[in-house]
Amino acid sequence: MLEHLFREEWGRVLASLVGFLGDIELAEDAAQEAFAIAAERWPRDGAPDNPTGWLIMTARNRAIDRIRRERTLAVKTEQLGRELREQPEETMGETATFPDERLELIFTCCHPALALDAQVGLTLRTLGGLSTEEIARAFLVPFETMSKRLTRAKHKIRDAGIPFAVPPDHLLPERLDAVLAVIYLIFNEGWGGDRVDLSAEAIRLSRSLVELMPDEAEAHALLALMLIGQARSAARFRGGELVLLDDQDRSLWDQRQIVEGRALLERAVALRGNGPYVVQAAIADLHLREPRDWEEIVLLYERLELITGSPVVTMNRAIAVAELEGLQAGLLLLEDLELDDYRYYHSTRADLLRRLGRDDEAGAAYGRALELTQPGPEQRFLEGRLADVRRGSARSS
Amino acid sequence: MRYALLIYDDIEIRDRTPLDERRRITEAVLGVLERPDVTGWLRLQDVETATTVRREKGRALLTDGPFVDSKDYLGGFVVVEAENLDGALAVADELQGLRPWGAIEVRPVREEPGVVA
Repeated sequence: MLEHLFREEWGRVLASLVGFLGDIELAEDAAQEAFAIAAERWPRDGAPDNPTGWLIMTARNRAIDRIRRERTLAVKTEQLGRELREQPEETMGETATFPDERLELIFTCCHPALALDAQVGLTLRTLGGLSTEEIARAFLVPFETMSKRLTRAKHKIRDAGIPFAVPPDHLLPERLDAVLAVIYLIFNEGWGGDRVDLSAEAIRLSRSLVELMPDEAEAHALLALMLIGQARSAARFRGGELVLLDDQDRSLWDQRQIVEGRALLERAVALRGNGPYVVQAAIADLHLREPRDWEEIVLLYERLELITGSPVVTMNRAIAVAELEGLQAGLLLLEDLELDDYRYYHSTRADLLRRLGRDDEAGAAYGRALELTQPGPEQRFLEGRLADVRRGSARSS
Repeated sequence: MRYALLIYDDIEIRDRTPLDERRRITEAVLGVLERPDVTGWLRLQDVETATTVRREKGRALLTDGPFVDSKDYLGGFVVVEAENLDGALAVADELQGLRPWGAIEVRPVREEPGVVA
């Protein structure tokens, strides 16, 4: 129970300490100390009335003690001392309320001056409260690599003066896009993996963002998109094998998540949202309805193509066009897309070719998709399809 | 904080650009350099004038040319005073918007005294 509380509180406590200390490493050490003290005392003496306030206060005091001890940080002590003197003693009790500074911390961690993999790792560490060990395992990199990556990012934030602030209006749209991209990347990394539950982690982060930025349509839309995707997670596998959308047992879909996702999407539209996440969430929603409105889906993909210019979007439009206008029309759209390293491009082509009865070409495309796929359910699914088309081409020759 | 904006130029594009166009760009860049948040700047002579000094076996070893030999070269630097990285990036972006080539590297200035690399 305490562990659960700690995970919930970590981001709040850490953000407040980063705001106070101006350094993520110092803040992390202080927060860890405070949580350790709490873990020892609370079960014995009971939890304080305001656990967040207590944790922040205790961590602040620890940090100040520590800075005083370390003579090399004399300048910082003087600064902090000044700030502390400015703050009257009575507000320093454990009932003190501290402003929520998680939003500042998110924008710091997702600052585009940091490498994308560092943004992702740092966001999970500071706001998600995952350990470096857990993050390393989730991204299949050695602990040492992840640890160095995080340390380097924290030092760059400190030494290059990356701001701990919500960006001003003229920078906000672009910076918010970066934050949303990090969260969505975390979600997709967890999709289908059996490591740390990164999808759940992304949803948690996204919930905080919606809470902190209640007027941002794209923040609502991203959460909607992820919930609608996550709702089908129990139905995506049967006995460890991949099940395609049309074959899924709909009774396994999480209706609560679908309802919440749709409400969030409506809210995003009401906020006059028309960005890429609004469109993607609308498409995800249409895919769950029966019969599927392929015409509307094609239109939305066209809109998304205009916004993103991404060949992956064109590929997805081709799938919808194949349903609406015929397999041949879909296949034609796939030609010349520069997605040779993308496994879903080859598996999509393979599927259309297979359904057109062009088994030899389908076999080659499944082969290329398999070269790009890691062992697991997706690989077994593609191997099954490859075996089918090989039997087909053996019969026809 | 102070930031150094390292101005990188591209030899090939520079040589292709007509002289009056280059003069016009210089004028526009000088407009930015005269602002109060710019605390210092240096424009360097063309990279062909560079000499690199190394030391080998206790003696100076000189090579003709820049340390990093590529078609991109350091053309000068600008020092700006900004509240944080975003402030410095904004000035860099403004300068880069005036130039059709190259790129600008933004580096925070090390302010603590007594540490020599």
